Amino acid sequence: MRLARGFARFWWDFVVGDDWRIAAGVVVVLAGGAVLVARTSVPDGVVAAVTALGIVVVAIGSIAAAGRDNA
Amino acid sequence: MPQSKHNGEVVVKSFVFPAADRQPNLCPVTGDAVGVVAATTLASGVEFVEALTIVLAMGTTRGWRSTWAGVGAALAALAVITALAGYALQSWFPEALLQLVVGTLLLIFGLQWLRKAILRSAGLKALHDEDDAYRAEVAAARAAGDERRLGLDWFAFVVSFKGVFLEGLEIVFIVITFGLNADSIALASLGAAIGGAIVLAAGLALHRPLARVPENTIKFAVGLLLTTFGTFWAVEGLGWFAPDDASLGWPGGDLALPVLLALWCGLAFLTVRLLAPREREVA
Repeated sequence: MRLARGFARFWWDFVVGDDWRIAAGVVVVLAGGAVLVARTSVPDGVVAAVTALGIVVVAIGSIAAAGRDNA
Repeated sequence: MPQSKHNGEVVVKSFVFPAADRQPNLCPVTGDAVGVVAATTLASGVEFVEALTIVLAMGTTRGWRSTWAGVGAALAALAVITALAGYALQSWFPEALLQLVVGTLLLIFGLQWLRKAILRSAGLKALHDEDDAYRAEVAAARAAGDERRLGLDWFAFVVSFKGVFLEGLEIVFIVITFGLNADSIALASLGAAIGGAIVLAAGLALHRPLARVPENTIKFAVGLLLTTFGTFWAVEGLGWFAPDDASLGWPGGDLALPVLLALWCGLAFLTVRLLAPREREVA
């Protein structure tokens, strides 16, 4: 159990890192993009642009939060 | 299995596609060779610099035999992980799902690198200093006890193993993700090998930590490249949710890559400017 917990912890730290909001934000934005692709007939280019914009917003939010924490 | 509705028809998607059934070129980026080699060379270089610091500290303080044993064991473990993960991803994932999974991981990974690089450039996070890291490792090596296992200095073995394995894992991750999506593991491996060879040659020549390498600048560049390619591939991978499983197309196709890179560069530049403490006016 301890080994499994350590293993999970290692991969969490490795992939998610010290700001879980980035991973969560990226997953939420991509899930939104997936809904657009699966449920609507929005053109690919619009989905790509909207999703990219969402990722940029996630990045800005994370950096701004880190900036406030470290200021 | 995931299903989607298209014109009233339910489409069942398969997770497992034989590799041979897929199109040979997964990467729609015609000029991606430069990006793949640049990203893997730079990422490998900075990770090798950090691993070299740990190995040098152990070797010079505790002796080289156990240190090299730790390095060798770590490289063997990394080779096994690379082979298994690379084979599994390439054999079992359809093109669009591979782009989605790998792109998402790359994007999360890249945004972490970029965030740290921006904070360092803005002066809100301490810069990584190889000389400091080396001194800390040497002090720890001197303070550690003399435990022997399997005829090895266990402290030197474990620290060398962990250092090379953990730094190497990031290189493996980047090589696999870039290599699979660009359909060229060889090219990605070549980039990593070039970065490693340069650092190793410099380390052997100087026999000291490579403190003058502009590590933070390189990490900034790597963060920008990982984020750019991660965004590109993750969005393309959303096509897996479409009824035909085909990758999503970017406006302008491959030209979207330099546009994305410019966008991330601009954003990074702006956030550094905004976050950097303003100089106080002298009264």
